[in-house]
Amino acid sequence: MRFELFPEYFPQLLAGVPMTLQLAALSLFLGFFLAVLLAVLRTSGIAPLVGFVKVYVYVFRGTPLLVQIFLIYYGTGQFDLIKQSFLWPVLREAYWCAIIAMTLNTGAYTSEIIRGGIESVAWGQVEAAKACGMNAWLRFRRVVFPQAIRQALPGYGNEIILMVKATSLASTITLLEVTGIARKIISQTYAPVELFVMAGAIYLTIVFTITRIVDLIEKRLSPERAAARGAKATAERDLASVH
Amino acid sequence: MKKTLTTLAAVAALAVAGIAADASAKEWAKGAKVKIATEGAYAPWNATDSSGKLVGFEVDLAADLCKRMEVECEVVQQAWEGIIPALQAGKYDAIMAGMSITAKRKEVIDFSRSYAQTPAIFVVTKASKSAGFKTEAERLGLDEVDAAEKKAIDAVIGEFKGKTIGVQISTTHENFLREYLGKDVTVKTYDTQENLDLDLQAGRVDAALASASYWVPLLSSDKGKDMVMVGPHMTGGPFGAGVGAGIRKDDPSLTAMFDKAINAAIDDGSLEKLAVKWFGFDASAKK
Repeated sequence: MRFELFPEYFPQLLAGVPMTLQLAALSLFLGFFLAVLLAVLRTSGIAPLVGFVKVYVYVFRGTPLLVQIFLIYYGTGQFDLIKQSFLWPVLREAYWCAIIAMTLNTGAYTSEIIRGGIESVAWGQVEAAKACGMNAWLRFRRVVFPQAIRQALPGYGNEIILMVKATSLASTITLLEVTGIARKIISQTYAPVELFVMAGAIYLTIVFTITRIVDLIEKRLSPERAAARGAKATAERDLASVH
Repeated sequence: MKKTLTTLAAVAALAVAGIAADASAKEWAKGAKVKIATEGAYAPWNATDSSGKLVGFEVDLAADLCKRMEVECEVVQQAWEGIIPALQAGKYDAIMAGMSITAKRKEVIDFSRSYAQTPAIFVVTKASKSAGFKTEAERLGLDEVDAAEKKAIDAVIGEFKGKTIGVQISTTHENFLREYLGKDVTVKTYDTQENLDLDLQAGRVDAALASASYWVPLLSSDKGKDMVMVGPHMTGGPFGAGVGAGIRKDDPSLTAMFDKAINAAIDDGSLEKLAVKWFGFDASAKK
């Protein structure tokens, strides 16, 4: 171990954190909307749509993210048709290729997580909502979706962590996030162990923070807590009415 | 939590110590088993054929040298990025992977004498505005720069100012770009030369820098038909003193064996013959 490398290169690695977080946040954000859409289509019961989503999810879960990133980055550059199209200014940039690949990938995984959530909502509740005269959109918005999200949250927390770590694959298409910078410095110092220990510590810190945040949200959304809050509010109201 | 972290750190440190422990020095002699690492992705130096077999100038040369050293050799494949650290960790005993002998690398490993010497040169696509770029001085030695060579360096900087130049990571070519053009161009690094070629063709980089020994065979093949070499042939300085076999500092006896075998291969002309066979020109080192 060359400990003298730590103070020298740790700040340089930290400079890659914004890129890592950006890649993860943007693709998770875009991927979430894609996932909700896919999950709704998947549970719609309309055969061609269900079929389409099944194939999509199969392809993106069935191939490694690394392969997807490579195909989107190096693959698109092979076709003159794409290079002359309006898409090229976007696909020319490694950054957007990484965002696209990671969005499509997390969209597939997350849609399955949300589907599980949607299907866990008791059918009786939907029927009750129907009986109250709610239309399909209102039922989804007020009854199904909030409960689906609560159910899906632990699984989704996992997916967030996986995506943070998946950003390291972006270094293979020349992006300089934490792993990319580590690899660059390794090429100058020939000290892979030291650099990867530092990079690993940075990922651990990021993931630790995310875990805590997801934990907090989970606690906030748990039915017991919600019920307790509700009971407290009722009790306070009752107390207030005594006066 | 703090305790857990301390424990984790201790475990990590132990694991690291295990990995980083250098293979102990030993005395090399006839009959020994020598493991030689190559990258297998830098044709014609070393490449992997369609059946997954390692082929190339260095694979042939390794066989020739091993016969001369009377040792038993095995050529293994190792990704370029980790090729020096894995040597130090004792995964193999020598590197023959088109690796230039540079001062920076000599801080961490030793080298045999050089067995090849090839200039570096830029390549652009034929459609590029730089396709006709030439400097008055065709050869540019960076060890001692004279007036004409200074002019050539300035011309290179002027030609590529504001552009993006691709280069394989951890190479002398990357060092050159950072040292001489770092302020004027965007340097984009690739894990393999093949990925860089794809991006040059895709237009994501304006130019690529690598060894002429790599470009000459590529440009005469179908894959490189849209590319053209531009600018001066560059040697010396950050490009180092030719290509040699990388060997652990602990193994001077192995280095001496390689030196002797390479000298013998130069003497009887077999090194030159191999170089012409693989590169199409005499890229072999001279005594």
